[in-house]
Amino acid sequence: MAAMWDPLQIAVVAVSLAAAAWCAWYVVRDLRPDPKLAAPLWFVELLLVAQLVVGVVEVVRGAPEGVNVVTFIGYLVALLLVIPVGIWWAGGEPGRAGTGVLLVVLLVIPVLVVRLEQIWSPAGA
Amino acid sequence: MPESTPSAAPRRTSSGWGRVLVAVYAILALSATGRSSVQLATHADEALVPYLLSAFAALVYVAATLGLARSGAAWRRVAWTAVCVELVGVIAVGTISVVHADWFPDDTVWSVFGQGYGYLPLLLPFLGVAWLLRTRPRSHFP
Repeated sequence: MAAMWDPLQIAVVAVSLAAAAWCAWYVVRDLRPDPKLAAPLWFVELLLVAQLVVGVVEVVRGAPEGVNVVTFIGYLVALLLVIPVGIWWAGGEPGRAGTGVLLVVLLVIPVLVVRLEQIWSPAGA
Repeated sequence: MPESTPSAAPRRTSSGWGRVLVAVYAILALSATGRSSVQLATHADEALVPYLLSAFAALVYVAATLGLARSGAAWRRVAWTAVCVELVGVIAVGTISVVHADWFPDDTVWSVFGQGYGYLPLLLPFLGVAWLLRTRPRSHFP
């Protein structure tokens, strides 16, 4: 992956995992999501917006040989949807399971970011 | 939990931990739909059968997500059907892809029991069946 946005991806993964640990702590203590818990989620979302912008700029500047640009942009856009939809879906549950939904969302984001990295650097390229 | 509450109505599959299950199903539905539509749209001729299988799996996940997320007897039937098809599909395709790897020039969601998705596709139908049984309408008979 282009060196200029490695720190951004590390930040997304680190903040997501930290927030996931926080969510897990809430689940253990039987707490429902509160605004304090939503803050890191929106921060991750902000980082993902930045990642979309940087990703589109990279594609415009020219993607490496063998990169599936459609899939790449698709991942960048899908990543933006995960948190808002997750927060909406968690909001309908008045218990710790709502926090569990946020936990799932925060664990999926690092996986998607790693996949994004693999799409940008196809094996053998 | 007040187990004694008499209720003929089935419990909603989207409440409690079912909400987390629906979220996981939705994520798989999204990724399978995205993956298969890109594959079919850009290089369908390379491995048509695996891509069609991925598209079928995507439909099954969408149906399971909707069936579990919505309430009512009809949606419960949709969920049951989808989860059972999913269980048969992941075991059948998983087995065939191990025995006859050459039949699969590219991976499907269900290849090698969902290896590409952390074996989640193998685990999910069991969770789905368990949840549908747990929330099923109570019989009036003892």
